[in-house]
Amino acid sequence: MGKIFMKGNEAIAEAAIRAGLNFYAGYPITPATEILEYLARHLPVRGGVFVQAASEIEAINMVYGAAAGGARAMTSSSGPGMSLKMECISYIALAELPCVIVDIMRGGPGLGDIQPAQSDYFQIVKGGGHGDYRLIVLAPSTVQEAYDLTFESFLLADRWRIPVIILGDGALGQVKEGVDLYDKAPVLFEKPWALSGAKGRKPNKIVPFNLEALELEKMNLALQNKYRAIEAQEVRFENVNINSKTKLIVVAYGTCGRIAKSIIKMAVEKGLDIGLIRLISLWPFPHNEIRYLARNFPSTKFLVVEMSAGQMVEDVRLSVSDDTRVSFFGRMGGVVPAPEEILREIERKGLC
Amino acid sequence: MLKEKKILSRPEILTGAFTFCAGCNHGTINKLIAESIESLGLREKVIAVIGVGCCSTMYNFWDTDAIVVPHGRAQAVATGLKRVHPDKIVFTYQGDGDLAGIGMHEAIHTPNRGENITTFFINNGIYGMTGGQGAPTTLLGAKTTTTPLGRVASEGVPIRMCELLETLSAPVFIQRVALFSPAETMKARKAIEKALKCQVEGRGFSFVEFLSNCPTNWKMTPLESLEYVRKMSDYFPLKVFREPQ
Repeated sequence: MGKIFMKGNEAIAEAAIRAGLNFYAGYPITPATEILEYLARHLPVRGGVFVQAASEIEAINMVYGAAAGGARAMTSSSGPGMSLKMECISYIALAELPCVIVDIMRGGPGLGDIQPAQSDYFQIVKGGGHGDYRLIVLAPSTVQEAYDLTFESFLLADRWRIPVIILGDGALGQVKEGVDLYDKAPVLFEKPWALSGAKGRKPNKIVPFNLEALELEKMNLALQNKYRAIEAQEVRFENVNINSKTKLIVVAYGTCGRIAKSIIKMAVEKGLDIGLIRLISLWPFPHNEIRYLARNFPSTKFLVVEMSAGQMVEDVRLSVSDDTRVSFFGRMGGVVPAPEEILREIERKGLC
Repeated sequence: MLKEKKILSRPEILTGAFTFCAGCNHGTINKLIAESIESLGLREKVIAVIGVGCCSTMYNFWDTDAIVVPHGRAQAVATGLKRVHPDKIVFTYQGDGDLAGIGMHEAIHTPNRGENITTFFINNGIYGMTGGQGAPTTLLGAKTTTTPLGRVASEGVPIRMCELLETLSAPVFIQRVALFSPAETMKARKAIEKALKCQVEGRGFSFVEFLSNCPTNWKMTPLESLEYVRKMSDYFPLKVFREPQ
């Protein structure tokens, strides 16, 4: 089967169906709405349940219920809607239920705008809801990668019993590209913990609280152990043009990761040695890999490019452990930087 | 010769001792729901969706599948569960702060979708778990920790949930009951069975409101508190608002 011309949002929805999506609930919000609309048309006729919720909060709580019932469940939204979902995401994290949440970021804060942004990195990668929890966060940079990662996210969610966030932005959600919708049978998991009525077994209970401090600490320790295992096994990134001669490594993800690839092409033409680490998993974050590069190439500098005031740059600074080597370039409010302006900045600051 | 016959026993669904306050109606309501589930033979099909409040510890006493959910969101969680398990029996158990306060959004939209679940609404006009604050159903004049001079209308007129739901066309069963006398308690038991039967028959949304008490936070003896519930029923009339023909 050849490639199909699709929006990023449509590819995400199609990947979810092919990954065995049983239940979706969502609420309209630009620039993520096409996921809701696509699933309204396609999910019920392909064996799943679609519900248009009356609020973002309802949608994520319906997902909490469906996931507790053992279904492959998903919701999608953007900044303001994600803020509303945070309480329940914290519950799902402690309940250790698998689900997939798609966040197509737009300019913030407040109502902001509907243009692409990456200013919700702190919210999604560092927490957003209450308590010590983590979510697997995957950041596709092309429509094909959005399809691939969404398909895989359901497997990761089930394997680790954790919510997985597909973190895109308005550009990825709205751009149309050719996608290879390869046929691959989804890997399904037994879910002996799911709620389905206690017939012929002991009752299953999903209880994300404990009023005894020592007991709640035990639940927290179990979560943290799981997170350490995920950190050891699920780091994903792409290295481009990194070797001992590389003077500058650009660190970026999503749409900025894609723009950074253009910078590298332009740099080669100018005879500049620029490499790229394009992050695919934002959590777990490739701290060890960046630390390794920083130690082994002691004269190499780093430039973090984000569509934000500088959020992921904090994690890169932690890894490099030398703030003088880490620079930042960002645009805010829904402005997508052009490769030329980033390259100009590199030359102006003499980073390369 | 006398023949021994068992006429009453605790439902097998309930395990362990309740940790509700002495005199609180939660224990009786738990028991009535458990009895109804057993008499309808639904034990192995039940998934209990438990709200936030004094009832949150309920999962401890129930030998069925159960989930504890965010404050106010029980009916949304129940929707997700029921939609992926349409053959199971899903009920929510929620207090008045949970359902009529923070959960009012779900309390309207879930019945309005005609979701085939059952909601048990325990209305004692106070936030019990947090120590006795005024609730959306607190009677005017009632003193609570947040209405120390007695509730006035500018703090909100007590909301009648059954009457509110009656304005929607989708719900199939709506009844308000109370437990201040044995006769009313038996009516409550029948209402629970009728509501669950609606779900079994796939008819749609069923709702039972229990006027309940809170001796601890009302600062009353259990007997005084039941008399107060009788007074509450002047404002919150006990009746069948809707049932299948």
